[in-house]
Amino acid sequence: MNGNADDSLVKVRGLSFRRNERVILENVDLDIPRGKITAIMGPSGTGKTTLLRLIGGQLPPLQGSIEIDGLNVPALKLPALYELRKRMGMLFQTGALFSDLTVFENVAFPLRVHTRLPENLIRDLVLMKLQAVGLRGARRLMPAELSGGMARRVALARAIALDPMMIMYDEPFTGQDPITVGIIMKLIQQLNTTLGLTSIIVSHDVLEVSAIADYIYVIADGRVMEHGTPTALGRSQSAWMQQFLQGLPDGPAPFHYPASDYATELLEADDA
Amino acid sequence: MIWLDSLQEFGQITLKAIARMGRGNLFFLSVLRALPSLRGGTDLLAQQIYSVGVLSLQIIMVSGLSVGMVLGLQGYNMLVDFGAEQSLGQATALSLVRELGPVLTALLFAGRAGSALTAEIGLMKVTEQLSAMEMMAVDPIKRVIVPRFVAALISLPMLAAIFSAIGVLGGFFVGAGLLGVDSGAFWSQMQSKVSFGEDVLNGFIKSVVFGVVAAWIAVFEGYDAVPTTEGVSRATTRTVVETAFAVLGLDFILTAVMF
Ligand SMILES: Nc1ncnc2c1ncn2[C@@H]1O[C@H](COP(=O)(O)OP(=O)(O)OP(=O)(O)O)[C@@H](O)[C@H]1O
Ligand SMILES: [Mg+2]
Repeated sequence: MNGNADDSLVKVRGLSFRRNERVILENVDLDIPRGKITAIMGPSGTGKTTLLRLIGGQLPPLQGSIEIDGLNVPALKLPALYELRKRMGMLFQTGALFSDLTVFENVAFPLRVHTRLPENLIRDLVLMKLQAVGLRGARRLMPAELSGGMARRVALARAIALDPMMIMYDEPFTGQDPITVGIIMKLIQQLNTTLGLTSIIVSHDVLEVSAIADYIYVIADGRVMEHGTPTALGRSQSAWMQQFLQGLPDGPAPFHYPASDYATELLEADDA
Repeated sequence: MIWLDSLQEFGQITLKAIARMGRGNLFFLSVLRALPSLRGGTDLLAQQIYSVGVLSLQIIMVSGLSVGMVLGLQGYNMLVDFGAEQSLGQATALSLVRELGPVLTALLFAGRAGSALTAEIGLMKVTEQLSAMEMMAVDPIKRVIVPRFVAALISLPMLAAIFSAIGVLGGFFVGAGLLGVDSGAFWSQMQSKVSFGEDVLNGFIKSVVFGVVAAWIAVFEGYDAVPTTEGVSRATTRTVVETAFAVLGLDFILTAVMF
């Protein structure tokens, strides 16, 4: 599945990114197959959100290429980048709904800005998208009146308003109760099949991701540690992989942030 | 080597300040370049003029009235010693139109509207609303910044005019109503001694300049805020302080050049 040029929508080659000299991503290669759900997993702070922003063209890479549907994102001029973004949806970690607009107007926003559809058509489209996420009845609420899970579903409806070819989910499950997680999982799968979307899910929720992803990339320390189907990764021999998948507190990935010797430091504190 | 440390710290602070000024200027240019996008969004502008301008009316009117009344009292006490209390109209109007109107309005505006703009934009950044907009192929500069910038820019001169007008009325109530200055003299002195081309126009130019500066600082600080709750609160404070310094400094320069 991995590597065939024609069936991957997103191709990342030799991608490196730094923030103030700090290496976040180093020489990353990724292929996101069309029409499939691909997960990007990894511990907190390894640059998963950063990777999505790089794919979306919001950050310029230090090195490497990011090709989406044949277009090299970092090389695109702003108008071309904006054209491409109309075909991409992104679900932010926090939902990022516009706090001054109702649920309905949030979903209508991309339609109003990018199309010249008459009002009754916009209404129908918005209601359809809200129906798809089960929140047609909540259309008059303001974002502040929604629960976290509802906000994410509204954001999802907004992300699919323009019928994109791909959608990127940043941590869609974090901080949700089990029922909401189930709903969101089902939605991601449904949208992927019914709309023929290509989905990229960034997450560290091993179980959920294994259940719905077709392919998984695991990133840590700025590199792709392993990639494969959920079953293949589950059988991985690497100690690090097993620690990550089983959620053990200590192992090859240390519990402690790098620090000087504990006893020495305590004694130093006495002197000061 | 304490002095070396503080020298280093001083250097760092200076570098940061210069870098921020650079970002501020680049930001200003990109706002100017995006100005033509306003044609498509007059309803956005109207909405912003309402929340930036109309909602500031109350504090501007109350302050204008009270400053005008105090000017009437103080001016009368000073002028009456020279038997020149008939010139009260002129004195009140000149101080308001030339100085107090534009300057006090700009300071009040920074506290009432500028800080709110910064906080609003900063919070949109914290909650990733600006990023979400970019990912929806909508330029936040055009959609969020330009309408707010232009609304502030238009509102401030109008608010300054209202401040001065109400101030003059306040001076009139106190002077003619309470202290017995002849009301005909109050208005005719004002009419003959306050020149439109000299005083009113220059005061207006001042308020336009303050409007540009106050609007620029407010939207830039919001856009440039560190995207955390603490970052936004600091940006809000900076808006008020920086606008105050900029307005007071520019007022001195403009006054020296104009009058
Ligand atoms: N604006 C920024 N300025 C400086 N450093 C940043 C910035 N944003 C992120 N970083 C750093 O880049 C690294 C990667 O951040 P990123 O948000 O991509 O991690 P993540 O994998 O999405 O983590 P999480 O799972 O917690 O969301 C982090 O260590 C963070 O400290
Ligand atoms: Mg993240």
